[in-house]
Amino acid sequence: MTFDWQYMIDVLPHYKTALWLTLKLAFIGIVFAILVGLICSIIQYFKIKALSNIVQVYLEIARNTPLLIQLFFLYYGLPKVGITLSGEVCGIIGLTFLGGSYMAEVFRSGMEAVAKSQVETGKAIGLSNLQLMRYVIIPQAFSYSVPGFSANCIFLLKETSVFSGIAILELTNTTKNLMGIFYKTNEALFMLVVGYLIILLPLTIFLTWLERRVRHAEFGN
Amino acid sequence: MSEQVPILQVKKLVKTYGDKPVLNGIDLVVEKGKVIAILGPSGCGKSTFLRCLNGLEEVQGGDILLESESLISKSTDWRNVRQRIGMVFQSYDLFPNLTVMENILLSPLKVQKRPRQEVEAQARELLERVGLADRANDYPRQLSGGQKQRIAIVRALCINPDIMLFDEVTASLDPEMVREVLDVIAQLADQGMTMLIVTHEMNFARLVADEVIFMDKGNIHEHAPAERFFSDPQTERAQQFLNILQF
Repeated sequence: MTFDWQYMIDVLPHYKTALWLTLKLAFIGIVFAILVGLICSIIQYFKIKALSNIVQVYLEIARNTPLLIQLFFLYYGLPKVGITLSGEVCGIIGLTFLGGSYMAEVFRSGMEAVAKSQVETGKAIGLSNLQLMRYVIIPQAFSYSVPGFSANCIFLLKETSVFSGIAILELTNTTKNLMGIFYKTNEALFMLVVGYLIILLPLTIFLTWLERRVRHAEFGN
Repeated sequence: MSEQVPILQVKKLVKTYGDKPVLNGIDLVVEKGKVIAILGPSGCGKSTFLRCLNGLEEVQGGDILLESESLISKSTDWRNVRQRIGMVFQSYDLFPNLTVMENILLSPLKVQKRPRQEVEAQARELLERVGLADRANDYPRQLSGGQKQRIAIVRALCINPDIMLFDEVTASLDPEMVREVLDVIAQLADQGMTMLIVTHEMNFARLVADEVIFMDKGNIHEHAPAERFFSDPQTERAQQFLNILQF
């Protein structure tokens, strides 16, 4: 098997655009997912009435339906009731909706891992609930959550490939299109894999570094 | 001058866990500057009693008065109360994500909103006093148990409380480290700090405390001046307790 290198160079700009789009959508989606996850996990942790039931329903729906179906609902379903969103916006909302639930679970379990005596000590020196969160619980919970958090980031980034189902020209969809036009399957798939690696390898290295960086906080107490 | 309001009064304090009574109407008057040791067998309610005084447990009856202000009301702002009643726990819980100095400064800066310079100077002085001035920038994991406990005491002191509660602060330390922590508490007693100390260190209690209360099964069985309690306990239960401790 030989690769048509010239072809690969010719389509490189398409991949470059697709790679940036993938990265952009994933980044925005993950950032929002972290925010949603954080808010949900705090609501769950403090068992805030009513809200915590709503969160529970959200978590169950988000985690027990496939992203593709969530995206279909946003992209094809919502216009029927008069709400039309662009593909990219749907992608970001979908990723946030799914990712938020995964992040919430990881953060919540991290918060519950923080020793009760730490919380009581924090109260005993007069911290408010918010300060307790900010200075005691979240930093420690995050350090417990990092392995799960990393797995979620990588998972969500790869989930962007599902966006190909709603006509977003990210890496996977671009590859499918190019294969359909030029029938250079091997080349296209090879570039697809390389494209994902270019994003994911540095991310993985960063997350491993982060894990080592923040885990040191929890040792020895 | 002698007719001062006691700094802390506890009246008929009742605490239950479900049906299980833990404190059956505790009465106690604490005068300013007094050191009171709380002794008793495990499970007698002495730690729970301290926790009630710091708002960490809900109480079912009775009253707690700090000077003349009742703490048993829905509107009690425990955040304010806790700045006046400091507490140190058995498990020396320094926050592992913060350095020694950050641990100490957290509450004075964020809760009390005092100027950093002033608090830092106070912190350094206190650290000096407990012999840990050189550890200000270390993380808790770099310290021994005794050192951590001394820092925890400094952290509580830096809030300038009127009363300190010590809940078995040496119970989880190696024997060799008990001394260094007790020394710090004894120093505080000399300076006139009002303290309630739950402890199993009898010699320490005898030396440092002005008064002893002996608790069992949620009741105060005996409340006496420290020296008299140890040399001439009045109740049978206290005699029994002290006998077991003497080989």
